Amino acid sequence: MDKLKIRNRLAKDKALLWAVCLLAALTAVPLFAILGEVFLRGYDQLSWSFFTEPTPTAYKAMKAIEAGEPIPGGIANGIVGTMLMLGMAAVVAIPVGILCGAFLAENSKSRFAQTVSYLTDLLQGTPSVIIGIVVYIWVVVPMKGYSAIAGSVALFIMMLPLIIRSTEETLKILPASLKEAGLALGGNRARVMLKVQLPAAFGGIFTGVLLAISRVIGETAPLMFTALGCSFIRFAVDKPISAVPLLIWEFFNDPNLQELIWGASLFLLLFVLTLNLLSKYLAKKWNQ
Amino acid sequence: MSDKLYKILLFAAALIMPIVCGGVLYALVTDAYDAFEHFGFFKFLTSSEWSYTEGAEQYGALPFITGTLMTTMLALLFCIPFSLPVALFVGEYFKGTRVASVLSTVTDLLAGIPSIIYGLWGFYTLRPLIMALDISPQGSGILTASLVLAIMIVPYAASLSAEFIKMVPNDLKEGAYSLGATRAEVIRRVVFPVAGSGIFSSYVLAIGRALGETMTVTMLIGNTNNIPDSITSTGNSMASIIANQFGEADDLRLSSLIAIGLILFLITAFINMIGKIMIKRARIA
Amino acid sequence: MEPVTPILEFNKTCVSYTKQTMAVKYVSAAIDRNSITAIMGPSGCGKSTLLRAVNLMHSLYPNIRVDGEILLNGENILSMEPIDVRRRVGMVFQRPAPFPTMSIYDNVLSGYALNGIRLSKTEKDETVERCLKSVALWDEVKDVLNKKGTFLSGGQQQRLCIARALAMKPDILLMDEPTSALDPIATAHIEELMQELQKEVTILIVTHNMGQAMRISSKSMFMYLGELVEYGDTAMMFSNPSDERTRAYLTGKMG
Repeated sequence: MDKLKIRNRLAKDKALLWAVCLLAALTAVPLFAILGEVFLRGYDQLSWSFFTEPTPTAYKAMKAIEAGEPIPGGIANGIVGTMLMLGMAAVVAIPVGILCGAFLAENSKSRFAQTVSYLTDLLQGTPSVIIGIVVYIWVVVPMKGYSAIAGSVALFIMMLPLIIRSTEETLKILPASLKEAGLALGGNRARVMLKVQLPAAFGGIFTGVLLAISRVIGETAPLMFTALGCSFIRFAVDKPISAVPLLIWEFFNDPNLQELIWGASLFLLLFVLTLNLLSKYLAKKWNQ
Repeated sequence: MSDKLYKILLFAAALIMPIVCGGVLYALVTDAYDAFEHFGFFKFLTSSEWSYTEGAEQYGALPFITGTLMTTMLALLFCIPFSLPVALFVGEYFKGTRVASVLSTVTDLLAGIPSIIYGLWGFYTLRPLIMALDISPQGSGILTASLVLAIMIVPYAASLSAEFIKMVPNDLKEGAYSLGATRAEVIRRVVFPVAGSGIFSSYVLAIGRALGETMTVTMLIGNTNNIPDSITSTGNSMASIIANQFGEADDLRLSSLIAIGLILFLITAFINMIGKIMIKRARIA
Repeated sequence: MEPVTPILEFNKTCVSYTKQTMAVKYVSAAIDRNSITAIMGPSGCGKSTLLRAVNLMHSLYPNIRVDGEILLNGENILSMEPIDVRRRVGMVFQRPAPFPTMSIYDNVLSGYALNGIRLSKTEKDETVERCLKSVALWDEVKDVLNKKGTFLSGGQQQRLCIARALAMKPDILLMDEPTSALDPIATAHIEELMQELQKEVTILIVTHNMGQAMRISSKSMFMYLGELVEYGDTAMMFSNPSDERTRAYLTGKMG
């Protein structure tokens, strides 16, 4: 009786282990399914012209399909737009985010800092579609039109909390002795921050920035209401502009362009996952 | 740079958060005002009409609130049987081993995939499967959206839960083993109760994520403006109706969409706040 | 002196954490029933490792190997099911760690809950009362049985952990420096308790406190670098150790 009971309990124990392993392994399946599908359907579209030419018009694409030829053109307009908006957003978000993170790390006790910290969480949790609406109200309406500026404001707002958090956390785990030593050598606080603390925290902040970029680069909804999209390569900041995820959305909705979805998605996916892996690798390396 | 200037600079940078967040709320409230004034706040929340025939415009948020709640809850339901095993795998069974770090890299990457690509995958792979299995004729709908949403939130729930499972003191586990418990019994009687509030809070935050997911849901939910009558029927979530109609809307419809945005903002802010507070408490305990 | 049948017997017991190094080397010794046996030695000598081997704690960690034999009532526990062995061998750890999510009452009964054994309400009440009485905690906590165990003082928590182990009616109770985290008064309390307990259960205790070993144990082991250097009557060992290393340790010339 007792032996039977023990065997029963051990069987249950083993069953749990197997269930955990099986279900955990199943969780990995979607990653490979998605990677596999996007890769298999998209790799033959990647060519030099795919990256250098803008999106074809629906008419051109239709003609090509009728003639049984591959659709001409590529996603260069999206790549340029993404880079332009991301660049503008990052140029502002990185310094402001680092300063704000430094503020939180230095004043963690004050009531104002706690409020800022809470608001950072709030902004980080805000759905990106809402950021899109707000930037539409803030920028698109007064400027009377969609623009690259509006898109970059949206990306800026989404990057900001991520950079603030990573800066704050990295600065907080630096040994206090580092700051004290700097101050003891007669540096004022600005100097110590600039010459001692920030360089020491560089790794953590850098990975945070990479992660922030990888998070926002695939954002679609907020750009739909701000950058809108544009079918040719353009560098103007006050005009509508395209972005890679916007193109994917466009291709998804246009039966003539559907073939281009997979190449564009493969490009975006590889870019995002590489940034992700790189930041993870760097974080590990710098932590040692 | 003097200390004083430095302090002012940092303070000025920190001011950006109240300004941005205040600006978000201000913009949403002022632009949603029209809709609330026209229909009445309570009526707007409870009306299920969404018609833009000129002259007889009628907008209500109920179908989308329902759609959001249904997709979120279903996604949570589908997410638990996978995220909990992943958390146990990483935080308990294979804690600190190479396989665990491989699995957590995999889930990190899952978290990194843009939502529009999840949408594509759902549309081109899952939707045909659902049609082939005869679950719903059109393939898209609440169920399809929830399934993909579940995959998207697994990484968040799993990594945070794993963190709390890892923190269960070894003393307690050994104490339980010394009384003759199996690992399964230790997990059930010690690990889960001790890490419970932390695990729970990680699901609250996962809900916060699912509520606002836009592109995936937009591509898969079927986009109909009715209250879904079953999990296989089509519908719209708060985020997806905005994504679908914001570009073409003006006047009262635009204001109504912004009003839906405001409601969504308040709900996610509330859920996230609760989640964060619970996490802080769980970390201290 | 009449011979006492050994309840526990080490037979060339070895424990190794890695392939190269052995933490416990070929220990052979027999433990007397209903007695207190102390294991002493400088830190890192393998005394805790040996003790944990008796409860098969090492089988929780895949890299640790235990060789030789450990006989409990003549049966080699190394070839038995760990969960079965652990129920018959109680263990008290260095730091008191009552289950924080359970009440005092449930902590005492946690062994049953963990093993999935159902008890009737009267059986539960009886067990809780008996065990808390035998660790002299009953009078202090009988009115707050539904409070969490973590509200108690360190000494009380440790007694609760002893009660928790006793509730399973173990053949032998292992104690791994049970008083090292406690203040002197709580320590005295627990020592007194052990003297009482040895009437019902055999106690094997690891201690780094020589005074404690002298006060409570009838027999002592001295371990050094994983080897059992000397094993015998406590009073004899303290007054006239037979090994030079034991003498050095007892006179404070060694860690």
